[in-house]
Amino acid sequence: MKAVIVGCGRVGAGLADELDRAGWQVLIIDLQSAAFDRLPAGFGGTALRGDGTDEDVLRRAGAEDADLFLALTEGDNRNIMAAQLGVEALGAQKTVAKVNDPVRAEAYALLGIATLCRTNLMTTSVLRLAGQAVPSRPGVYLPEHPHTHAPGEAVADTAVEA
Amino acid sequence: MFVLVVGGGKVGYYLTKELIESGHEVALMEKDRGRADQIADEIGSVVIPHDGCEGKYLHEAGANRADIVAAVTGDDEDNLVICQMAKHHFDVPRTIARVNNPKNERLFRHLGVDEIISPTRMILGSIEQDIPVHELLHLAALGVGELEIIEAHLQPGSPAIGRVALDLAVPKGCSLFGVIREGVPTPLRADTVLAEGDKVIAIGRPDSEVQLREQLIGSTDAE
Repeated sequence: MKAVIVGCGRVGAGLADELDRAGWQVLIIDLQSAAFDRLPAGFGGTALRGDGTDEDVLRRAGAEDADLFLALTEGDNRNIMAAQLGVEALGAQKTVAKVNDPVRAEAYALLGIATLCRTNLMTTSVLRLAGQAVPSRPGVYLPEHPHTHAPGEAVADTAVEA
Repeated sequence: MFVLVVGGGKVGYYLTKELIESGHEVALMEKDRGRADQIADEIGSVVIPHDGCEGKYLHEAGANRADIVAAVTGDDEDNLVICQMAKHHFDVPRTIARVNNPKNERLFRHLGVDEIISPTRMILGSIEQDIPVHELLHLAALGVGELEIIEAHLQPGSPAIGRVALDLAVPKGCSLFGVIREGVPTPLRADTVLAEGDKVIAIGRPDSEVQLREQLIGSTDAE
């Protein structure tokens, strides 16, 4: 199984490590090579410095036909663009974009991109912890129809309890 | 016509001014407060000091009744998202995006942006037009006298194509001395027939150039 991860923050690096240990072929891309310090010493995947919203960079890195394409940089729009490149140009099977603006997170799910909204995830968790009523704002928006390929159930499994 | 411009850089600023002058209703979104204030001081209340990528502010700016949304920030990813939000979330009939990386044009079009303007592509096109493919290229001046090494790239239509190189009527004071074919330099032999794409190397005085050009390039209307 092949995974492409754009953005080597804590979440990106953590997932890269987990997937690598699970036997996946992992490619992780970040604009800053210092970000790769977050990867453990024994990381067996490929870490590449470059712009994950640049189709040429992604192709040169061999990002085509990934089973899982994760866009996890700090920029909502960068993630949205990278994810759409992944699914439309590079043939990714499952794509997830981190989109912290709830409006955009929902809008892109309607367009067929699975989105992960930290704002909603945290709001919901804190309200639950405080014993307050939790508004029905999902932390993960699953697309109702495919962008081009069917979105993954694996996302749904991990999402429900988040 | 109500036009929503997103991005208050130079492009957005002048675009907004021009649109106002032509009598259109315009709103300009600029997320940098200082820059937004600066523009507002000059052109008034059409400036909205918020991020046009955020759905909430697009709504407040009236995106749902805009006829056109023009995304002209300096970042391709922002312009893509602005246009997609406008199109799919606010049903804007016409979206225009500025694109810096010309390679993004295809993706943006594929993702439904109506019009894509790439300044990089335009300037590139202009430069490529200026490269004189129909001209003789001066490779170097020789120290002695006033001789030059000249290269002629044989394009379709050149009268030299199909002719034996040494039969060409080269002007006095000029000598053909080699041809580069598919990257390989070879000396001219008695039986060397010139072909399209050949680069013919000659040495000559500048005053022999007109005749040399007639022989190798042909009469062009390039100028």
